[in-house]
Amino acid sequence: MTLDVALRHSFGAFSLDIALVAPPGITVLFGRSGSGKTTIVNAVAGLLRPSAGRIALDGRPLTDIRAGVFLPPHRRRIGYVFQEGRLFPHLTVRRNLLYGSWFAPRGAKREDFGRIVEMLGIGPLLGRRPGALSGGEKSRVALGRALLSAPQLLLADEPLAALDAARKAEILPYFERLRDEVAIPILYVSHAASEVARLATTVVALEAGRVIAQGPAAEVLGDPTVLPAGAREAGAVLTASVVRHHADGLSELDAGGCALFLPRIDRAPGATIRVRIAAHDVLLARARPGGLSALNILPGTVAEIRAGEGPGAMVALDTPAGRLLARITRRSAEALGLTPGSAVHAVVKSVAVAPADVGAAG
Amino acid sequence: MSDWLSPTEWQALSLSLRVSFWATAVSLPLGVLTAYALARWRFPGRQALNGLVHLPLILPPVVTGYLLLLAFGRRGAVGQYLDEWFGLVFAFRWTGAALAAGVMAFPLMVRAIRLAIEAVDPKLEQAAATLGASRVWVFATVTLPLILPGIIAGAILAFAKAMGEFGATITFVSNIPGQTQTLPSAIYTFLQVPGGEDEAARLVLLAVIVAMGALLLSEWISRAVARRIAGA
Repeated sequence: MTLDVALRHSFGAFSLDIALVAPPGITVLFGRSGSGKTTIVNAVAGLLRPSAGRIALDGRPLTDIRAGVFLPPHRRRIGYVFQEGRLFPHLTVRRNLLYGSWFAPRGAKREDFGRIVEMLGIGPLLGRRPGALSGGEKSRVALGRALLSAPQLLLADEPLAALDAARKAEILPYFERLRDEVAIPILYVSHAASEVARLATTVVALEAGRVIAQGPAAEVLGDPTVLPAGAREAGAVLTASVVRHHADGLSELDAGGCALFLPRIDRAPGATIRVRIAAHDVLLARARPGGLSALNILPGTVAEIRAGEGPGAMVALDTPAGRLLARITRRSAEALGLTPGSAVHAVVKSVAVAPADVGAAG
Repeated sequence: MSDWLSPTEWQALSLSLRVSFWATAVSLPLGVLTAYALARWRFPGRQALNGLVHLPLILPPVVTGYLLLLAFGRRGAVGQYLDEWFGLVFAFRWTGAALAAGVMAFPLMVRAIRLAIEAVDPKLEQAAATLGASRVWVFATVTLPLILPGIIAGAILAFAKAMGEFGATITFVSNIPGQTQTLPSAIYTFLQVPGGEDEAARLVLLAVIVAMGALLLSEWISRAVARRIAGA
């Protein structure tokens, strides 16, 4: 199933004018707050009527302003995971989870209650009320409730934003499993680069109500001209497989024939993972450096250089492991004489890659 | 019970309870609808409706009673048709006392329910809609359970107000024993008669007991419902 969205809407000084396509898998709407992400999601859910545009799921129009079509939210068959969970305080967790299934059309393809409960690990919570749940538990129940309404599309508006790092780490794997196990498109709003890198099949980068890039995650995140969260947050995504775990606490990965050493990764050898390499953790050298403490040195060629505001420059490199971004100073770029086509070596410190930047590949 | 209440007293008490019960029961659905409209809908005339609902609270009860007489009396603008079409007569009947009590209690009921509706996060109702619930179902399964404490509070407040209604009732339907002589009217009557103070005092005590009972009941129910909602 595929979601097609074309919208125009404005309130006050803000105007939104976008077109995007969300194929199955997770499509992340990525941008700073105020870029229009939530407006898009609310329009898809039918909570907002845009001034113009068309939203269609597999050709079935949900909103088509010109044709006078505007399905109310309850007839769209959309699962919406809200940032604050929005669980019903007067119902138990079980009845919250089953709420949507009361209204799902007969014969709709339903997720199995037991399977979802088990996947989200919420079995022990079923008899409780939302008031007695922790933030992470609420998020999982909210996700389960949306999934059990037999949706044809899942919307998630920064479902992790209200959680601390530990709770985020608890929920992210569930979204990874969804991406890999559920056939419906998932529209996921985020402004956190590490979430995007871990989850996104497709990235739609937004800035001030416009789409500045969309496409496969590795492509959009490796584009130095597209920095929806700012240069500070930029980073490319590599796909690698786990080779072996070493006794000194490092895991050895294989990324397109290059060996990468990262702090212990909690996956079995042979597993395919995604690793986000932040642009500010990458050094560049013209010759292969020696006598260096960094373990990861990848040969590559400069694909593109983008000078930003201030002293910084963003360099995109093509390496055998994939596209990398390096954030260096303009002065360094000039000193090294970097131009597109220059041969360089990228140096990545092992310890710079945090566990939050590593996820299952899908 | 009739051992220690005289037939007149018993008549006044049971009539007051019947009048208040029906005044509350019939106006409750209308009260919820009005409160919902005032809290959630934006429509022309919303302020006018708000004013109209509150009018009995501000007007002297005698005025309200007189207006009811003009409207719902046997020859009243509305009353004559209700009689003609449905055989429904308010004038000088206990039904008229219930109507007067209901009208006087209505603003208090609407206020309590409206506050409860305004405290419900519309985001929860949106969430229910995205899960497939139509407007009616959202109201029945989310809004209504969440405002239940407010509805109970509003109903009991209205009941207590109806029990105490005097001015509009006596103006509209007079003071006929067994028909329109409610507890306050009976107290008033006894106070007009020399030596009626003892009887009046007993009725006053009765009124206090009923009012306190209603208050305690409402506190208890509201707390139980609130506990259920907050969960644990």
